[in-house]
Amino acid sequence: MLPKEGQFRDPSGCAVTGVIDRSGRGMTGEGMIEAISVMHDRSNGLGGGFAGYGIYPHYKDFYAFHLFYDKKEAQEGAEAFIRRHFEIVYSSEIQTRKLPSVTDEPLIFRYFLAPLPQKLANSHLDEREYVARCVNRINAEIAGAYVFSSGKNMGIFKGVGYPEDIGRFYRLEEYEGYAWTCHGRYPTNTPGWWGGAHPFGLLDFSVVHNGEISSYDANRRYIEMFGYKCTLQTDTEVITYIIDYLVRRRGLTLEETAHVLAASFWSTIADKGEEAKEQETLLRRMFPSLLVTGPFSIILGYTGGLMALGDRLKLRSMVCAEKGDRAYISSEESAIRKIEPNLDRVWSPAGGEAVVFELYGKGGLAR
Amino acid sequence: MKIDASGMHFAELNERVRACEEKDIYIANCVGQRYIGTGLADKEIAVGGTPGNALGAYLNGARIRVYGNVQEATGDTMNGGQIVVGGSAGDATGYAMRGGKIFIRGDAGYRCGIHMKAYKENKPAIVIGGRTGSFLGEYQAGGTIVVLGNHTDGKPIIGNFCGTGMHGGEIYLRCGQIPTKLPAQVRAEKIERLPEDAAELVREWCREFGQEEGAFVNASYFRLTPNSDNPYRQMYTVN
Repeated sequence: MLPKEGQFRDPSGCAVTGVIDRSGRGMTGEGMIEAISVMHDRSNGLGGGFAGYGIYPHYKDFYAFHLFYDKKEAQEGAEAFIRRHFEIVYSSEIQTRKLPSVTDEPLIFRYFLAPLPQKLANSHLDEREYVARCVNRINAEIAGAYVFSSGKNMGIFKGVGYPEDIGRFYRLEEYEGYAWTCHGRYPTNTPGWWGGAHPFGLLDFSVVHNGEISSYDANRRYIEMFGYKCTLQTDTEVITYIIDYLVRRRGLTLEETAHVLAASFWSTIADKGEEAKEQETLLRRMFPSLLVTGPFSIILGYTGGLMALGDRLKLRSMVCAEKGDRAYISSEESAIRKIEPNLDRVWSPAGGEAVVFELYGKGGLAR
Repeated sequence: MKIDASGMHFAELNERVRACEEKDIYIANCVGQRYIGTGLADKEIAVGGTPGNALGAYLNGARIRVYGNVQEATGDTMNGGQIVVGGSAGDATGYAMRGGKIFIRGDAGYRCGIHMKAYKENKPAIVIGGRTGSFLGEYQAGGTIVVLGNHTDGKPIIGNFCGTGMHGGEIYLRCGQIPTKLPAQVRAEKIERLPEDAAELVREWCREFGQEEGAFVNASYFRLTPNSDNPYRQMYTVN
């Protein structure tokens, strides 16, 4: 069997893109497939994936788990665990389309879940913490089972292949959501495997990432103190957990989170106004181990919005654009132009500058 | 000759450009195709749409005109010729440029002119109409960069760390004061009159984009050059 992630060094090239309709109108996954295909040559066929938000309106009150199983026994183990902790409202194999370009797929199942009330009460945990811990336990303890999506009314779809092919494999033209993100992967030192594709998700957070994080181990050691298990040993996974920790557990705003992940240099902070200087200094002092160094551009998806963020040196490209209610984020402008040639506004955010697009009037995370 | 680039892979597009016997080529519906015009010496290429990364890399005398925006690494290691951009440019524009000229109507991204160099008659130049991101002229070793500050979004004309590692060439900024700290190894002097070679670059930019010369040529600038009184004293550690 080929070695998995973490047994290899994995510097990646990659392409990222995302779109949100801020009025909440639904879009199928086709637009993202078309956009990412423009950046085909940024990927090498060893990973592609999508996250869609608002795609499960009929089950919006339940946690939608997507799981990969290497083998049948993994499924038995995982389902036994799930039944001990959740009521399974509905479950089925995820419908896929056979394609010659997508091979060796694992078993792929979806479950809509509600935590067992007594179990949740006994745990003395907040519901989302309970669910997050269950996800971590399945991934860390059940060999061959991997929860790759666990939010409400959202879903991640990923695998080994070019992203266009992965999108067609998962029949994303049949899903409608108000926001999508997409990733094309270029792992150069690893065979790439289904669980290692992006997006990485925990609860409703999903992260797609282009880059290579130099601070991975420092970040991992710190975040594992809070119960997160970096089972995949890829850098993107740790970003997802950092965001979950800072936003969900510590209550930081997205802008504050950006000042932790992509903190300005001390020399830059020194030149800022008093208020900004005080805020950014405090955040750097509180969370020094969560500064992410090395090149990265990421798109964070969450219920109601998307955030674009690049590293403070801007070592990866990132373009934002708007057209009416729709907002776009992409590694390359051409991918946006492919699906919307006439844009109202196009701009490149500065390194470390978070750009947030949210549904109108929904009181999202940006605050 | 017109080439419709819709749905065409960059390899095929560039093959057709190279194989074209006519001097003038118009590429229509360009969407992200990379390496357009690479190494070419004798063509006039106009591009409609959004070309991909490394437009005009190693350009060796050909002229390229883009009506909209360009992406990253435009004019990478360009040797000669001219690239005219009607919109804005992405990061690392003119990366390691060795000759020729790039004119941008709008803004440029991070690391514009990084590692530019000059040798004898080869003196590269970049003129940017608006503003630039951080690290303008990083490790610049030669050539001329002019930033005209004709942008309207209220942001500073340059970002942070301008001229870091600079040891040759010059940067001209059309502004009343320099908005960010410069490294100690860069000298900034206010000049009321551009030297003739820089003024001619500004006039060329005005002609390309139909702008009145007066406001741009007869303006005060800051000239940034390496400060030989304050050499780099540190390699990896203090020495």
